[in-house]
Amino acid sequence: MNEQPAGAAAANTGEVVLRLSDVVKTFPGVRALDGVELEVRAGEVHCLLGQNGAGKSTLIKVLAGVHRPDSGDVQWLGEQVAFSGPQAAMKAGIATIYQELDLVDYLTVAENVYLGHEPRSLGFVHKGQAARQARELLGRLGHGEIPPHRLVKSLPAAGKQIVSMARALSHSAKLIIMDEPSAVLAHDEVGNLFRIIRELTAQGIAVVYISHRLEEIREIGDRVTVLKDGRTSAVNLPARTTPTRDLVSRMTGRSIEYVFPPRPDTEPGEKLLEVRGLGRSGEFAGVDLDVHSGEIVGIAGLVGSGRSELLETVFGARQAEAGTVVMDGRGLPPGNVAAAVRAGLGMAPEERKSQALLLGQPIYRNMTLTNFSTYATAGFTDTGKEQAEAMRVADQLELRPRDVRRAVRTLSGGNQQKVVVGRWLLGGTRLLLLDEPTRGVDVGARAELYQVIRDLAANGVGVLLVSSEVPEVLGLSDRVLVMREGRVVRTAPATELSEEDVLDLVMAGSLTAATTEEVAA
Amino acid sequence: MSVSSEQKVEQAPEGHAPHAAPAARGGGTSWWKDEAQEPLRRNLGLVGVLLALFAIGAFIRPDLYSNADWVINNIMVILTQAAAIGVVTVGMTFVIIGGGIDLSVGALIALSGVWATTLATQSFGAAGMIFTAIAVGIGAGLVNGALVAYGRLVPFIATLAMLVAARGLAAQISGKQTQISNDMFINSIAKERILGIPLLAIILLVVAGLGWVLLNRTTFGRRTVAIGGNAEAARLAGINVRGHTMLLYALSGLCCGIAAIMLTSLATSSQAAAAELYELDAIAAAIIGGTLLSGGRGTIVGSLFGVIVFSAITNLFAIANLPTEVQNMVKGAIIVVAVLLQQVRFSSVTQFARRHGLTRAKPQT
Repeated sequence: MNEQPAGAAAANTGEVVLRLSDVVKTFPGVRALDGVELEVRAGEVHCLLGQNGAGKSTLIKVLAGVHRPDSGDVQWLGEQVAFSGPQAAMKAGIATIYQELDLVDYLTVAENVYLGHEPRSLGFVHKGQAARQARELLGRLGHGEIPPHRLVKSLPAAGKQIVSMARALSHSAKLIIMDEPSAVLAHDEVGNLFRIIRELTAQGIAVVYISHRLEEIREIGDRVTVLKDGRTSAVNLPARTTPTRDLVSRMTGRSIEYVFPPRPDTEPGEKLLEVRGLGRSGEFAGVDLDVHSGEIVGIAGLVGSGRSELLETVFGARQAEAGTVVMDGRGLPPGNVAAAVRAGLGMAPEERKSQALLLGQPIYRNMTLTNFSTYATAGFTDTGKEQAEAMRVADQLELRPRDVRRAVRTLSGGNQQKVVVGRWLLGGTRLLLLDEPTRGVDVGARAELYQVIRDLAANGVGVLLVSSEVPEVLGLSDRVLVMREGRVVRTAPATELSEEDVLDLVMAGSLTAATTEEVAA
Repeated sequence: MSVSSEQKVEQAPEGHAPHAAPAARGGGTSWWKDEAQEPLRRNLGLVGVLLALFAIGAFIRPDLYSNADWVINNIMVILTQAAAIGVVTVGMTFVIIGGGIDLSVGALIALSGVWATTLATQSFGAAGMIFTAIAVGIGAGLVNGALVAYGRLVPFIATLAMLVAARGLAAQISGKQTQISNDMFINSIAKERILGIPLLAIILLVVAGLGWVLLNRTTFGRRTVAIGGNAEAARLAGINVRGHTMLLYALSGLCCGIAAIMLTSLATSSQAAAAELYELDAIAAAIIGGTLLSGGRGTIVGSLFGVIVFSAITNLFAIANLPTEVQNMVKGAIIVVAVLLQQVRFSSVTQFARRHGLTRAKPQT
């Protein structure tokens, strides 16, 4: 409202549909929102930026009617409102698409779209009508090909997102809130999402878009509101023209985005891991790769390119159908995690909470999960020694908080990742497999994690990492493998590849590459 | 565990995301808010329930409760009656903490007891009978474990099938007859007292003590908690999840074998219909003792208190001459209240704390 966004003239023609002023929401012991301002106009894409814990999730829940603010004004379509619950917000025309999509797996697409407001008479649901209307809504979203009678469970993540949006449309939503919608999507699917968002806004629907990825905000956003520590640190910045430096500094109080530690001049040491001809049908095939001591090898590729599956197969969490994995010159039995761990491999999986952590357990028990028996005498655990060892590694990784008896649940994403890495450090791992090491980790903590990974390599650990973020793979790795459709299409030193090269490689040949480039242009 | 988002949305307005609960904080908080101290609070609560039951008994029958000898003897009766079910509950607690459930315990007790009291087995004497009961229990437990760990059957289904099959096998072996135990040693176990304490109660305390050590002080216990808390994380940390799951059901089977000998001694006989519905009592006792049905959390002491509370209720109703129907209703109510307390804890404690300004700044987000 103060600055006129240069690149978003269209947005300002819409009238203000939502205005928040001085909204405060406290939970026991924390002021999650501490005076938040927000102004959303019809037909605009309003981006919310902020680190983890800045209050984005709470703000969304206030808008969605899940939380009621303690004080402050919420004006919706010119009237002051206080939603009694999510249903009330939905009825008023505010739809929210959460990160974990709130769909019922074993209902059909049509049933999900009309869940809670099925077209009916005399208590009987008109299935045919629901299916017809759902087909129409899906068509409006450009996805008429999704059959309304299909079980939602059988759809890919991108399809589920479309169903969520169809549900929002079925409520005649005037404002759709999207919480990190791109997090579950592959690169080409993001292009499609953006096309849908543009069509929605062209119909006068306002979109509040939350993302960690600045490049997306540049591409799709009209205006940006930045949250920091529960306050708005900037409102209504033009999304396209505000310098990155300004946005980042308003989020963090720092003016850096990704800082990668410098690569050392030293040559990598002896060969640790040798993978030859590794394959699993339908996932990947004929993969050769080596990792040396002290070397960071990055794998770039889209979701579905087989990169995570490759990592899990090397680790034995999936059974290899072809090829060999050799560590220190000795072959590993396929599909045997315990043998891989004994041989010196460790993995930080993609889904930290569901695959790696015992959330209710203390930090130290999570850290010693692989090797607690090595501190034990005749089967009796030694928790004192475990705590001391965990404390040593916690100090080394600058884990916060330092108290290793605290439950892991209370830690931030970045510190939880440090716990997982610390586990393998304690276990004496010499080859660390990292799957999306910085997912859900805020900008400040990322830099620390990068340093941790580089320090590990400097101590002779070999690292094999997978990331969706190309700059991360290029900035952190010494050598890069590019995967496409289950095959390694290029191997090169990171310094010889540019971001554009990698994107070209991972998308070439994929059917949707053209549309993605169109959108990006 | 998949929680539908509808539920999430409903829950959220009451308070906050679970991870934001101050009760989940670690050290530095007072014991009644600290999540790590939850078992202690619960056990104190169960002790309170026992004292309350005692007080009710004293109120109803002051004539009996004024006699110290009678009171001590009555406590021994309660412990004796809790003994067999308590031993089974220790095994059940391990299985549940490890993320499973064992519905077959009652049937396994019957099978072990019947097998141990066949004429052929009895000809090998007390040692042969004890060995048979335990071997049958462990063997059937291993079958349960194999079905769950390697057959990928849901524990509920696998052990339900075992329940049905083991009762059938027990009826087959016994020819649906009650088998009298003629072994003097076996029959004397239930009558024996050491320092005035019934041997059966001592067996329970020893089993519970060993169980406590196993759960809290050994790598076996650590693996159990890890597997129940997050099986995938345990697997990716290199823990042999399947092998350990087998061992958990075998442990439960072992406890059934021990309980079978105890029950055989009490009745000086065995039959295929013995230990009916023990599985439900054992599960209920573990749950009111604070064991999470979804796994990853629970205590042996809590389970022990759970069993003793049930036994004390039975005892109280017998003393007061009240019908068992009412007794079962009271037990049902206690299970519900215990689980409700578990759920209410977070929101009520934190709201109370907020109202009274007792919470400090959130340490880490």
